[in-house]
Amino acid sequence: MAFISSGYNPKEPMKDRITDIGPRHFEEFYPPVIKANKGKWLYHEILKPGVLVHVSETGDKVFTVRVGGARLMSVDLIREICEIADKHCDGYLRFTTRNNVEFMVDSQEKVEPLVQDLQSRKFQGGSFKFPVGGTGAGITNIVHTQGWIHCHTPATDASGPVKAAMDVLFDDFQNMRLPAHLRVSLACCLNMCGAVHCSDIAILGYHRKPPMVDHAYLDKMCEVPLAIASCPTAAIKPKKVEVDGKTLNSVEVNQSRCMFCGNCYTMCPCLPLADKEGDGIVLMAGGKVSNRISSPEFSKVVVAFIPNEAPRWPTMTATIKKMVEVYAADARKYERFGEWAERIGWERFFEKCELEFTHHLIDDFRDPAYYTWRQTTNFKF
Amino acid sequence: MAKHETPLLDQLVSGPWPSFVDDLKQYAAARAKNEKNVEYQIPVDVVDDLLGILELSFKDGETHWKHGGIVGVFGYGGGVIGRYCDQPEKFPGVAHFHTMRVAQPAGKYYKASYLKELCDLWEFRGSGLTNMHGSTGDIIFLGTTTPQLEEVFFELTHTHNQDLGGSGSNLRTPADCIGASRCEYACYDTQDLCHTLTNDYQDELHRPAFPYKFKFKFDGCPNGCVASIARADISFIGTWKDDIRIDQDAVAGYVNGEFKPNAGAHAGRDWGKFDIQKEVIGLCPTECMKYENGKLEIDNRECTRCMHCINVMPRALRPGKEKGLSMLVGAKAPILDGAQMGSLLVPFVEVNKEDGYQAIKDVIEAIWDWWMEEGKNRERLGELMKRQGFQKLLEATGIDPMPQHVKEPRHNPYIFWKEEEVQGGWERDVEEFRKNHLR
Repeated sequence: MAFISSGYNPKEPMKDRITDIGPRHFEEFYPPVIKANKGKWLYHEILKPGVLVHVSETGDKVFTVRVGGARLMSVDLIREICEIADKHCDGYLRFTTRNNVEFMVDSQEKVEPLVQDLQSRKFQGGSFKFPVGGTGAGITNIVHTQGWIHCHTPATDASGPVKAAMDVLFDDFQNMRLPAHLRVSLACCLNMCGAVHCSDIAILGYHRKPPMVDHAYLDKMCEVPLAIASCPTAAIKPKKVEVDGKTLNSVEVNQSRCMFCGNCYTMCPCLPLADKEGDGIVLMAGGKVSNRISSPEFSKVVVAFIPNEAPRWPTMTATIKKMVEVYAADARKYERFGEWAERIGWERFFEKCELEFTHHLIDDFRDPAYYTWRQTTNFKF
Repeated sequence: MAKHETPLLDQLVSGPWPSFVDDLKQYAAARAKNEKNVEYQIPVDVVDDLLGILELSFKDGETHWKHGGIVGVFGYGGGVIGRYCDQPEKFPGVAHFHTMRVAQPAGKYYKASYLKELCDLWEFRGSGLTNMHGSTGDIIFLGTTTPQLEEVFFELTHTHNQDLGGSGSNLRTPADCIGASRCEYACYDTQDLCHTLTNDYQDELHRPAFPYKFKFKFDGCPNGCVASIARADISFIGTWKDDIRIDQDAVAGYVNGEFKPNAGAHAGRDWGKFDIQKEVIGLCPTECMKYENGKLEIDNRECTRCMHCINVMPRALRPGKEKGLSMLVGAKAPILDGAQMGSLLVPFVEVNKEDGYQAIKDVIEAIWDWWMEEGKNRERLGELMKRQGFQKLLEATGIDPMPQHVKEPRHNPYIFWKEEEVQGGWERDVEEFRKNHLR
């Protein structure tokens, strides 16, 4: 492969340089029916799982077909999405916040051929390329992070557990039988690029072994003060060590104070903490971001640890499935997962979901911990 | 024939949900075949090696990616994440595998023709693998080599009129919900505000000058579809001040079963006949509604605009006409000091496109001035608020305190009175004091 220049000249990087132009303007990409009716929409309806109609005061309607998919996708798959958009939607499409793809058409007769086309396309191994669904009181796509495909701090994979979980939850992607919508998210470490901390069910990668210290290289590769300052529990302090007869500047980790956040590793590559036995998954539940009926809520830790069981994480998926089924059977219409758990009481939640309650689930991290303990005699046996 | 055996990953090919493994394997094979005679600028087997290293992680239970190096494009401090693998000899195709963040258009609408241009560019100069989209919202170009970074940037800016997004201690690429473009609930034009602020703050987005990352997210209504309240340093959430608009005929339509409640969201189960008393009036958190003699009434002054009744009866109820947005500040994920939700700072501000959203920008810039002055290295705005107190945020933004700022007043009387608030000031003469109070 011969290097082909774009026209950029490394000797004159500023020559003809274009910067700070930002993203493309959204109006270039509006389908005509969207452009004509922006701000004029009156109401919408879900015609069937994955198919919505929005009705404008002008009388126009836009029909949207929503499909799920992996956010990790090849350009060939994007080209296929484009081909579908060219064939059915005059060359327009959009993506949702939760990594779904939406195909929009301006009349009802265009809907069914589009749905049929999407549902008929499968990968060689048999999975759907474009499953239609993800609307209403069901489970839509899982938002997630990079995991082992591209990140340096993950305690679990992302695309793999998501595929495994969505296979198990697939019926609820295409059905709207739940009491309310249920949002599942995954973050592969507690940096939470995926902001899973307010999800109905959150899958979180977690380390459980303190960092090892690579003394021989630490002072060469890291700023010792930065590594020390990075620790939220002040578990790291400076230390002189002897390596091969030489005295080196390094650090010492007070292991009992480590909360395994990995922030030190982010600041200093000589403090790795990944470990096959140490790393795994925390399940959290009961969070939401909507202000509907009740305030936004953080997710709560309901399972302290599940090992990484690649490639299909069966304990994790079975635990999630169980929680979804108990919620589906027990919650009232419109009740979100966390609202249901609050109403029945968390003690009842653990009983119904057959989850073990261990000391790990009692908050002991700083001031907010106190507000999660029970300061009343009102509890259930 | 695949370059590496991937028996663990192969188990993710089956099942109904779209298989990323199948997609990657097919794409790896297509690259090897190269029917279009692409002059690949990075190793042709990059995807094979990515599958190989991922398989190794599935086996080892540990990642094989190292810390990012300092790579980027000239003059920018963000938009590129350096990435190297720790097994370069086994997987030379992904030895250098840098990510580029490409700023997505507001609303994530695309023309297929444009996406195909990006696909051609990224296949030619990168791995051909993407995230559509990353968590923050950018288009993610996943994996290329250092010499290609400037080339991709040059082509993006010169040929595709397209810039990179943010990374590092700067403004991250702002993101918005679908807004008024296709949602009847939207209380302002999320796309226009998102795009305008993104462009007005390009310098803050590309050149790290902040203590840490800073995120804007734009939700058109309190339903919060982009989760701004949970993850944006400033979240802009649409709201309204006047009365919910009621179409009594449509209310009757829901009551008599003509219209499906909640826009048909619950159609997958028989929940019985729609009961407006139980499902709307009874669930209203402020009990400000009643339905009597076939007429729905709302005591709008008591309404907190939670959206429930509107969500249940979208054909009958609409947000009021006096629309604007609330600004909540300080949300973040747990690292380091625990997760924080956004706290209400500006209950209502008009969204005025004509003056370039000046009232909103005044608040943003006052917050930035304070945070850049006082914030410690890697301290998010929410953490600074906790460390210095909400009062300091009010002082910095010149906003008067009001009961809307709190869920409830403080539990302790440990008030940090200021000297000027106390009659006579703090300077006293102890000798004068002693004249009345013997030692």
